Amino acid sequence: MTTAPHPSDPSAPRQLHLAAHFPGVNNTTVWDDAPPATGRGAGRHPSLGSQIRFDSFVHLARTAERGLFDFFFLAEGLRLREHKGRIHDLDVVGRPESLTVLTALAAVTDRLGLAATVNATFNEPYELARRLSSLDHLSDGRAAWNVVTTSDAFTGENFRRGGYLDRADRYTRAAEFVAAARRLWDSWRGPAPEPVRHRGAHFDLAGPFTLPRSPQGHPVIIQAGDSPEGRDFAAATADVIFTRHSGLDAGRAFYADVKGRLAAHGRRPDDLKIMPGVTFVLGDTAAEAQEHAAEIRRRQISPQNALLAAEQLWGVDLSAYDPDGPLPDIDPDPHSELAQGRVKIADPAAVVAKWRALSQAKGLSLRETVIETTGRQSFVGTPRTVAAEMTEFVRARAADGFILVPHLTPDGLDPFVDRVVPLLQERGVFRTEYAGGTLRSHLGLPEAVTPVWQGEAS
Amino acid sequence: MASPAPQRRPIPLAVALDGPPDGGRPAAPERFDAAGYLRLVRLAERGTLDFVTLGDAFGRPGPDALAVLSRVAPATSRIGLVPTVTTTHTEPFHVATSIATLDWVSSGRAGWRPDVSLTAAEAALFGRRPAPAPDAAWREAGEVAEVAALLWDSWEDDAEIRDRASGRFIDRDRLHYTDYAGEFFSVRGPSIVPRPPQGRPPVVLDATGTGPGGATVRQVAAAHADVALVRAEDPATAFAARDDLRARARALGRDPDRLLVLASLAIELYASGDAVALADRIGDWYADGAADGFHLRPADPARDLGLLVDGTVPVLQHRCLLRRFYPGATLREHLGLPRPANRHARAREVSR
Repeated sequence: MTTAPHPSDPSAPRQLHLAAHFPGVNNTTVWDDAPPATGRGAGRHPSLGSQIRFDSFVHLARTAERGLFDFFFLAEGLRLREHKGRIHDLDVVGRPESLTVLTALAAVTDRLGLAATVNATFNEPYELARRLSSLDHLSDGRAAWNVVTTSDAFTGENFRRGGYLDRADRYTRAAEFVAAARRLWDSWRGPAPEPVRHRGAHFDLAGPFTLPRSPQGHPVIIQAGDSPEGRDFAAATADVIFTRHSGLDAGRAFYADVKGRLAAHGRRPDDLKIMPGVTFVLGDTAAEAQEHAAEIRRRQISPQNALLAAEQLWGVDLSAYDPDGPLPDIDPDPHSELAQGRVKIADPAAVVAKWRALSQAKGLSLRETVIETTGRQSFVGTPRTVAAEMTEFVRARAADGFILVPHLTPDGLDPFVDRVVPLLQERGVFRTEYAGGTLRSHLGLPEAVTPVWQGEAS
Repeated sequence: MASPAPQRRPIPLAVALDGPPDGGRPAAPERFDAAGYLRLVRLAERGTLDFVTLGDAFGRPGPDALAVLSRVAPATSRIGLVPTVTTTHTEPFHVATSIATLDWVSSGRAGWRPDVSLTAAEAALFGRRPAPAPDAAWREAGEVAEVAALLWDSWEDDAEIRDRASGRFIDRDRLHYTDYAGEFFSVRGPSIVPRPPQGRPPVVLDATGTGPGGATVRQVAAAHADVALVRAEDPATAFAARDDLRARARALGRDPDRLLVLASLAIELYASGDAVALADRIGDWYADGAADGFHLRPADPARDLGLLVDGTVPVLQHRCLLRRFYPGATLREHLGLPRPANRHARAREVSR
């Protein structure tokens, strides 16, 4: 095994970072795959792994740690999604509460970072700062927080505080939340806490924190917003951006834009890592990988799921249409409330027009059109070509690394760790051992410093 | 009507991991990482105790109790894990999903000890509401316990069907909105977490009820607890509290035998003589029917727990009052509490 060059060596190839996303509560995750009849894994039912049993989480986390990944990532959903006023039943449903399962994973892993998505709208700074600091202490410095917000009244129905937050206030609340949390994390300057007083537009809290500064100082902050406000928030506050820009050109533009915003906040380009969420499909040959990828897309988009995707876009009931027939010949309803708990499609008419053009040009059915437009995989190829493409992404400054989203629970990551990671190591772009113990050290991030809170404070 | 505790064996026996900060010693770093807690819980598991409790409050130094016991869960295999999670400043939905998750990561060993935050200092950490009066805070805790049970039942056990032919992962007719609207909050549901392994993790509540709001505390325990703890220094006090709790449970339409009342005893053990005397005390109280079992609160867990496990436990085992191994896997099984049927599944059975 070769040793990776020191990252500070300017002639060294740019190092990439890797994270593992537990398969999502959405149609990326295939749940009805038949077990392979022959070969390795014959007789086992890989995708029948539970989305909730702890051993699924243990398997994926240990696989990621075996592959020397930077961190393990859990998404969050605080209300089950609905479609046509009923609970959506076609995809994986149900998941654990993130911080509790990650704290348990700290017991069965040693170095892997543990990242929880936790909503800043439905939590309070003191309580969440304490829970995150607890995870950092109990994992010896491996905690990360993916800060998300929502103004969704639908989700708010599960909470005391409701969902009344104005969309424009989402980032101001999140920024103030993180600033308050950082003050709490820093409040033990000696053997005992100094009382913190924070008063701003969203929070007014006072008192001592109950934990000394944690091993990382501050847990790693991850942010996933894409709007200009989201990018500014990330540039000011985050250590990692989880982005959707997985294409090379779009990735480079996003990368340049976000890194360009850092200087205004007194930060260096390397202080914020850009990591797109990506999928991968491997094969022994390019053709085999393509064939496998097409099969996965068909499984991800069942006839029922294709119709549902179309209903989300059109915003109307389409149950009379045949998923294997042509696209509906009606106009979409832009004000529809049909789908709840999902990101709204900004301009449905434009997307419908694109679907029609594609369907006509290639003679595709409704389901085939959905497969073609929504079921895209990021990296499809042999382990060698996937390793090469990933290396090129990072070299070309379209990303600092990737958050991999396997399509099978729990062993969807195994082929990547077994076959691609060694090739990345061979290229000298990925670590061959963990150099440090904390997630900050894996990511090459500087020690956490506390920004001065700009609001009213005493 | 007085009814002494039945002579059930083994006697439920639990231990608190709290004790004073630092265990009386200066600067104890083990308060902040996992090692110290793990040592204690493994020791308690070696003594085949039913469960450990770990108290919590927003002012308490150290990591939060739920996190500590989640961290301990994969490193232990049988013992029940019962953290305090307070209800005054926390979202009920988060309480229910966190405890359900602890049950998943421990394969059915979670319990939950609800408590309230009554001080102005705690309220100031949130800045959302003034400190509530004890009576209101406990009524609210009762609502949180009620909604937690509803959320744990919001998925029927067989809701996940993975039906390839229809493309459905779940049978949504087996998922249920909670649609809870009480005096203090409302929760729509269903839970994001499937029904936990124990169905409903046992609720353990300090029902001593001698402080402010005491009658409400007793009432909440009678309505929602599976295990009630009663701090007592003599058997008569425990006996009277048990009697009161059972009468209240019966008045609420519950089977009083589904509410275990444990006498919670403060202990200090300095030598193996002390450990034998504790075994005698437990045996005597139990013979008097003062309690269904015992919850021990060591003054210094790091010191007392070793003497308890190596001194008191073997004596009780020798007297056939305590188990020598865990025959069951879940906390409910240890306590002899049946796994509750899902209320929606039961309702369907009845209407059939």
